[in-house]
Amino acid sequence: MADLVKFTINGREIEAPAGMLAIEAAKQNGIEIPSFCYYEGYSLQAACRMCLVEVEKMPKMQVACTLPVAAGMVIRTETDQVKLARKSTLEFLLTNHPLDCPVCDKGGECELQDMVFKYGAGESRYVEAKIHVDEQQWSPVVFYDGPRCILCFRCVRACDEGMGVGALGVVNRGAMSLIAPNKGDHLECDECGQCIDICPVGALTSGPYRYLTRPWEMDHIGTICTHCSDGCKTTLGVRNDEIVRGNNRDRSGVNGEFLCVKGRYAFDFNKHAERLQSPMMRVNGKLEEVSWSKALETIANKFGEIRSRGGKFGVIGSNHTTNEENYYLQKFARQGLGTNSIDHHRTGDVVTLVDALSGTTGRLANSADFYERKAVLVIGSDFSVEHPFLAFQARANFRHHEAHIYTVTAEPVREDNYAARSVRVAKGEELGALEGLREALAAEPDLVIVFDDSIKGDKVRSVVEFGQSLGIPVSYCALVDYSNSRGAIDMGLAPEIGPGYHATGQPGMSMNDMLAAADLAALWVVGANPLENAKLAASKAFVVVQDLFLTETAQRADVVLPAASAYEKNGTVTNGRGEVQRLKRASATMGAKTDLEIIGLIAKEMGLAPMMGPWLPETVYAEIRKTVKGYDIPLPLVTIGAQQSTPVNGRVGVESRPDLVRSEHNNLFESGTLGRYSQVLNTVIEGRQSR
Amino acid sequence: MRYNDPSPLETPVLTRRFRLPNSQSIDTYLASDGYKGFERAIGMTQDEIIGEVKTSILRGRGGAGFPTGMKWGFVPRTSPKPKYIVVNADESEPGTCKDRLLMEFDPHQLIEGVLIAGLAVGAQQGYIYIRGEFRYLIGVMDKAIDEAYAKGYLGDNILGRGVKFNLATHSGAGAYECGEESALLESLEGKRGNPRIRPPFPAVAGAYQCPTILNNVETFCAVPSIILNGGKWFADLGSPKNGGTRLFCLSGHVNKPGVYELPMGFNLMRMINEVGGGIRGGKKLKAVVPGGSSCPILKADECDLAMDYDTVAAAKSMLGSGGVVVLDEDTCMVKFALRIMRFYAHESCGWCIPCREGTTWLKKLLTRFHEGQGQRSDIVMIGDLSKNMLGRTFCPLGDAAAMPTIAIVEKFRDEFEAHLDGKPCPYEHINAFSKSGLAA
Amino acid sequence: MTFSPELEAQFEKFLAKYPADKKRSAVIPMLVYAQDETHAITQEVIEEVAKRCGVTPLQVDEVVGFYSMLHKKPQGTYHVQVCTNISCLIVGGEEIWNQACHKLGIGHKQTTADGRISLEEVECMGACSWAPAVQVNYDFYHFVTPSQLDKLLDGLSAGKKPDEIAGVKRASC
Repeated sequence: MADLVKFTINGREIEAPAGMLAIEAAKQNGIEIPSFCYYEGYSLQAACRMCLVEVEKMPKMQVACTLPVAAGMVIRTETDQVKLARKSTLEFLLTNHPLDCPVCDKGGECELQDMVFKYGAGESRYVEAKIHVDEQQWSPVVFYDGPRCILCFRCVRACDEGMGVGALGVVNRGAMSLIAPNKGDHLECDECGQCIDICPVGALTSGPYRYLTRPWEMDHIGTICTHCSDGCKTTLGVRNDEIVRGNNRDRSGVNGEFLCVKGRYAFDFNKHAERLQSPMMRVNGKLEEVSWSKALETIANKFGEIRSRGGKFGVIGSNHTTNEENYYLQKFARQGLGTNSIDHHRTGDVVTLVDALSGTTGRLANSADFYERKAVLVIGSDFSVEHPFLAFQARANFRHHEAHIYTVTAEPVREDNYAARSVRVAKGEELGALEGLREALAAEPDLVIVFDDSIKGDKVRSVVEFGQSLGIPVSYCALVDYSNSRGAIDMGLAPEIGPGYHATGQPGMSMNDMLAAADLAALWVVGANPLENAKLAASKAFVVVQDLFLTETAQRADVVLPAASAYEKNGTVTNGRGEVQRLKRASATMGAKTDLEIIGLIAKEMGLAPMMGPWLPETVYAEIRKTVKGYDIPLPLVTIGAQQSTPVNGRVGVESRPDLVRSEHNNLFESGTLGRYSQVLNTVIEGRQSR
Repeated sequence: MRYNDPSPLETPVLTRRFRLPNSQSIDTYLASDGYKGFERAIGMTQDEIIGEVKTSILRGRGGAGFPTGMKWGFVPRTSPKPKYIVVNADESEPGTCKDRLLMEFDPHQLIEGVLIAGLAVGAQQGYIYIRGEFRYLIGVMDKAIDEAYAKGYLGDNILGRGVKFNLATHSGAGAYECGEESALLESLEGKRGNPRIRPPFPAVAGAYQCPTILNNVETFCAVPSIILNGGKWFADLGSPKNGGTRLFCLSGHVNKPGVYELPMGFNLMRMINEVGGGIRGGKKLKAVVPGGSSCPILKADECDLAMDYDTVAAAKSMLGSGGVVVLDEDTCMVKFALRIMRFYAHESCGWCIPCREGTTWLKKLLTRFHEGQGQRSDIVMIGDLSKNMLGRTFCPLGDAAAMPTIAIVEKFRDEFEAHLDGKPCPYEHINAFSKSGLAA
Repeated sequence: MTFSPELEAQFEKFLAKYPADKKRSAVIPMLVYAQDETHAITQEVIEEVAKRCGVTPLQVDEVVGFYSMLHKKPQGTYHVQVCTNISCLIVGGEEIWNQACHKLGIGHKQTTADGRISLEEVECMGACSWAPAVQVNYDFYHFVTPSQLDKLLDGLSAGKKPDEIAGVKRASC
């Protein structure tokens, strides 16, 4: 860190590292210097000229966004000259900016409005004609209104520097300058919407959100995206119990303000017309709506009967339900139904990694490591496409810290564009490529090794051995697919291990075994779709499914229970790095209940309530804290930010099961079964196919 | 000079070969001291070369007048990066047409100047950025460069003396802004000609972020004579702190418009009357733009001054790029101001708000005003808006638009008032051709 | 897309001028020279130049809109550019411009129906001391008078090459 220097702003003595930009030093000391184009983390523009300040001994005013502070510098930000400069710059801006604030989506949270309110003139002297160009739709999610654009180039930088996509540019010259998309009249990009979010005015607006509401009519609920395992915080704008917007402008959460298309827009499955709103039971071969009491009674009776005759249960949990629900479900299965035949779809070999790292501490990479470590090795994954937030972190790490990125993949990936080394290997040969990188990696100060399901079973041990032999600090991350894939295994949704990776000793059936067991008596599926591409061998098995939609699995069910989505419940989820974060209920769907409540109601119906305990998320979490290694994290800490759980404490006494690990490799516009019900994702996919 | 007759008052240094037959060819050049300065420079140390240029008090001829030797001294000696020499031949300041001649009639002088600069800082690659409209000059320069390679004055082992230097032309495509050095470098790299944040200056991070010397054509062209005849000799040609001669581009309402090489400090009234043959048609002088469109205008009674950087600056204008535009009494100053603003609005790159929006607003306002739709308050506002650009824009283009406008409004307020109340422009009936006697 | 062998050779030369990893530098020269042949910067030209210089078409498009010599609309065989900036303005540049528009019946950045002549009012072209000035493609015409302009435009309209028109002489070599 640079030496601290003393200087003054508006007469106040301030200390900051030499060379820090004046605009940042001021901000850190609570002094606002207005700006449009300056944006932390992106390249400097000095274009908007809003941050002009007076600096003693400099003849002209200086822009604070490119002014490094130095010892003895005397800066003034509120002199008449500075105020006049701001006022006149705003006056210039408003000459061509349409004053259509009443019908502008940005109205109420527009930086230009705020600036004019604070620094601008009360009236305009401009009487000439304004330049007009028509609004354009660039994609299902991106609209551009040229006249409103103030050319701060934030969007261009967010897309190019932040996303590594470079789909936005500047065309024409002077006052006719406009932002333009990469395909002439439309965009071909990640559809992440970062450009819209970062736009200080209403030039870039969001297709799904346009004209739905005034910003001040929304409640803002901070929760966690329910799609991939990157686990981004998303702040949902809710109006009349309907989610209308997702963003994370307050930069809370591991992801700062980053969100991909799923986090920002794909909450819309929530209001899909096919959402289940009533329990259903198979009557004469057809599913018919029934009351909750009827459905619960039927399940309880059937489960009780099968349990009493020693029939085989199979329980399949979810990659999307909360830790509390997962814990509660496995407890029900093990203690209520007396079976270890509980599993979920495993998408990465976390179990072997945890085992391979036993006896060490601090070796599981967290979100910050991707931004802070000097090197990142990505094995197998099309990182930007499958794990957009982690890729964003690594890209920022490269940009800000000149970190070295290494890729070992079968296909070209976006990371190649800035990678220190890109190794192309045949699929399945990833491990073999590592030796070739040994020299380069060993020379790094530290390293994150991140791998997908191309590395599983003994290959995980080999990767860890390789990492540990480099002689530098290495942390690891086994990529998994979904929002709570990691929490599912941590909570023991597995036949061979219980919560906290304790071997059960008597493994039950795996998911594959359950589906294949001809004598299976009951299959209970909570928030999963195992029959999407598979058949249930036991034709007579009693099948109970809790889900949002009538999935392939639900269509086979004898009883279907309408479940609440992740955006409709409280609880915690654990992202792919083991960071525990809190879900907060944003809306509700009439008729649906949370899986926790449903499990609790079944338990109650079966007389197991005293054993199971109350189905309150907080109560279950308290039990998790006591019983699951690494989860002893106070809830307030989880609420204010992600806290990494540390399950590594010793060998996991089970065999590796690489045969059970299979990633779906969902791309940016896919999200398992859930993705099918997102109109935004479908529209984007259709748009791409039709071109 | 082929496009206008020379004046006996000239001091031909940079233009001394212009009237030689076949002046473009390397043979002509070599027969008249060509590349002698370079050969001499090969035997000099870098400090000696830069020292000589400092002694010459050569100041940048592009407009800013920054001491050339000092600029060259900023290039870091120990940088491991390659270094570049870039010639700014993007001549496009309205009123300026001198670099065109220097390249057209003595291209080797420019090449030699670049070579010496290369020696001075240890650069081995140069580019001549020529505005796209000067296509024929790209041909002239390319031919001269080919000749220089053929005769061993360019290449990997120049004259067998172990000196390496390669030079190439580069075409622009129409953008005044690319005359600004950092915008030129962006353009050279194949991007929009937006200026860069400075510091770092090109001497430290120029072409491809490498140390770069970037000077105007005329500046480089002065260097061979400086090295050959000594910095002091050159300095003594001009006025104090303003070394040498420079090419003045006399245009507008004079009898003998043309490009003339005169000593620094030459009196402006003498330039108009004795070199330029006085105002044509016996009209009275109204005003002079002393150094290209961005320089504040001088009223007739302010024109008795020495044309060097400091004296013109003292008169609250600038020597600029040597474009001396002479206006007679029949010139409408509102229209003149409008045309200047139209130019800057057209050329504003759009990067920063005050320049982009300010020039466009003023263009519209002045258009309306000239059409007789102005109000008294507009006159104040024209100056006001210009001052709101002044010193606040990203690059000097905003100042270049503001300064002449402020001066015209201040000095010719009466002409603005004459356009008020829907009155037609008092000068509108005057046809330039019928007036000048050059009629159809 | 295919260009003439001459232009291909020119492109080769351009690419050789810059460091191997700085091919992007050739974007602007390539566009200018390609336009001479194609009379317009089409999407096809943009994509071709992008490919050859190792940049995205968007990065080329950004450049096209910035530089005033690059046109997306087709220009005439003879692109007549009239300077009306200050030095030309005060000695008849505007009269020349108005006369050209009137005579051809077209305006700024428009092309005659037969595609022979396009017209553009341009900024200072660096001929101030020999004003008023006109450029036809890349050739300069100095001290242009209304009668010379008439001859020039008549000649071009009649299908003559500029050098074949009597009474009008280009300035530069």
